[in-house]
Amino acid sequence: MNLFLQQVINGLNVGSIYALIAIGYTMVYGIIKLINFAHGEIMMFGAYFAFIAATSFQMPVWAILLLVMTIMAIIGVAIEFVAYRPLRNAPRLSALITAIGVSLFLQNLALLIFKPEPKIMPKLFPEMTFSVGGIDISSTTLIIIGLSLVFMVLLDLYIRKTKQGRAMRAVSEDKDAAILMGVNVNRTISLTFALGSALGALGGILYSVAYIQIYPTMGVMPGLKAFIAAVLGGIGIVPGAMLGGFIIGMVETLTKAYLSTTWADAIVFGILIIVLLFKPTGILGKNTREKV
Amino acid sequence: MDKNKRRAYIINTIAIVTLYLAFFILIQTKTMNKYFIGIAILTCIMIIMAMSLNIVAGFLGEMALGHAGFMAIGAYSSASFSIALFNSGIILPDLVVLILAMIVGGMVAGIFGILIGTPTLRLRGDYLGIVTIGFSEIIRIFFINFQPTGGAAGLKGITKLVNFNNVYWITIVIAILIFTFGRSKHGRAIISIREDEIASESAGVPTTRYKVLAFSLAAFFAGLGGALYAHYIAFLEPSKFNFMFSIEMFVIVVLGGLGSLTGSIISAIVLTTLPEMLRGFAQYRLLVYSLVLIIMMIFRPQGIFGRTEFSLTGAIDLLILRKNTKKSVDGGKS
Repeated sequence: MNLFLQQVINGLNVGSIYALIAIGYTMVYGIIKLINFAHGEIMMFGAYFAFIAATSFQMPVWAILLLVMTIMAIIGVAIEFVAYRPLRNAPRLSALITAIGVSLFLQNLALLIFKPEPKIMPKLFPEMTFSVGGIDISSTTLIIIGLSLVFMVLLDLYIRKTKQGRAMRAVSEDKDAAILMGVNVNRTISLTFALGSALGALGGILYSVAYIQIYPTMGVMPGLKAFIAAVLGGIGIVPGAMLGGFIIGMVETLTKAYLSTTWADAIVFGILIIVLLFKPTGILGKNTREKV
Repeated sequence: MDKNKRRAYIINTIAIVTLYLAFFILIQTKTMNKYFIGIAILTCIMIIMAMSLNIVAGFLGEMALGHAGFMAIGAYSSASFSIALFNSGIILPDLVVLILAMIVGGMVAGIFGILIGTPTLRLRGDYLGIVTIGFSEIIRIFFINFQPTGGAAGLKGITKLVNFNNVYWITIVIAILIFTFGRSKHGRAIISIREDEIASESAGVPTTRYKVLAFSLAAFFAGLGGALYAHYIAFLEPSKFNFMFSIEMFVIVVLGGLGSLTGSIISAIVLTTLPEMLRGFAQYRLLVYSLVLIIMMIFRPQGIFGRTEFSLTGAIDLLILRKNTKKSVDGGKS
């Protein structure tokens, strides 16, 4: 029982990181119907920048988080402006291939700048272990879960309560109608990329703290899994991405603990396939009928 | 019309034979060393992979991002077959073994194509792309865990049966098969689904059956490519058939033009040989590769050839004979 609870905590830990990354996917997909494959690389760059800030500049943790999230938000907006905006009205396939291109580009850029050897992330958060009813919880785990939850709640409030948040929802619902209502669509899309990338960068930092190593292709697998989480929860729906992230994290951890470490990824992909076949709109998604 | 057709056959046959002879002379006179022959063989395999992917991505117009999975199935099943055959002590000529192994690889991959295609082809667009990624990752993870084929360490002891001579002619035969398929009744039915699924269904095309047909046929040819790969490299490891490899094949097809087989061939040649030529800039080549992809999508999203086929006869008409009586649709200058 204790082992199980321990694994549940681990699952929450991984799940909250997936949820953070999945939010970026789901927001971008909701607003421009594009699978932003480069999101995993945003996460990777976030981890690298945090590494540099922590080792070369010895910055305090809050400053690292703030700085890296700001930088990655700007980079995210820049990527949208350079690569995706010219393709706004192109077939979706071209936009998707561009996203793959951007992802490859960033990976190889990282390979060139940071070299393939993995870097070791220093411990950013104070190290303590709490024992609650026989389960050990490290402070890092608590901080990761706590930080993710805080940012997710903030984002949710932002989207639901503020004017820009309402604009975002309007654009993702009906772009043309939003233009008619006086919403600045370009600015809203940029804002979406900025928020998504900032959360992705946070996810990257937390991921590298949890898994210690940083390397140029580290964004690929968590990126795919976060994307699966977004699909699982219903793509385009922010709370769905959070839910999906926690489910995927939990499934992965429990599979690793009780079934097999090597099959864990296959099981995650299997879930994706089953969800898509039986309810392609995801857990929280509504069914829409295709019209002729 | 018939005269034109005969002329086209003659010209294309001459071109294929001349190209072969050119390679033959280069290899015999040792102008082309082992390294370049290796690149030529890999290029042929990539041509097969790109053309097979084009059946789904180009003709059917669906995004399939898991082609490496089918290639892996073909490679592993054919290699297991040929190893078993050699161990059983039956002595057959190399080419016969290779062709038998290819048939095994292709059939197994094709069967998996039907199994995977039947449920998944109800999905469209991005979702189908993601599901195909999922399946090919599961296939890869399966081979990592499957000990009879070596698991993560890889499958060793495959006899090397592929050389330039046989791979060249096999590629030609597969190219002809895929070309004729594209122009057959079934190929046109598949293209009609791409153009408008609902319209073609109301015109009496059994869309589901044709979608599965296109998918499994692509898997079959990918299996053939995988079999050739297995018997050329003679060593298989699951990590080769990862997500990036699928993407690489997809990029080849897209750059050549979705729906253009000649485009696939040319872009497979360029994208396989160019990185090898640029080995000196190894650090930068993937960077350049991805930049080209982005720029290409922004300025010419339909690929080099779009949907048209490059026609040798058309090109000759245009360049040498200046015969402008027949309005050439496919030009040859693009």
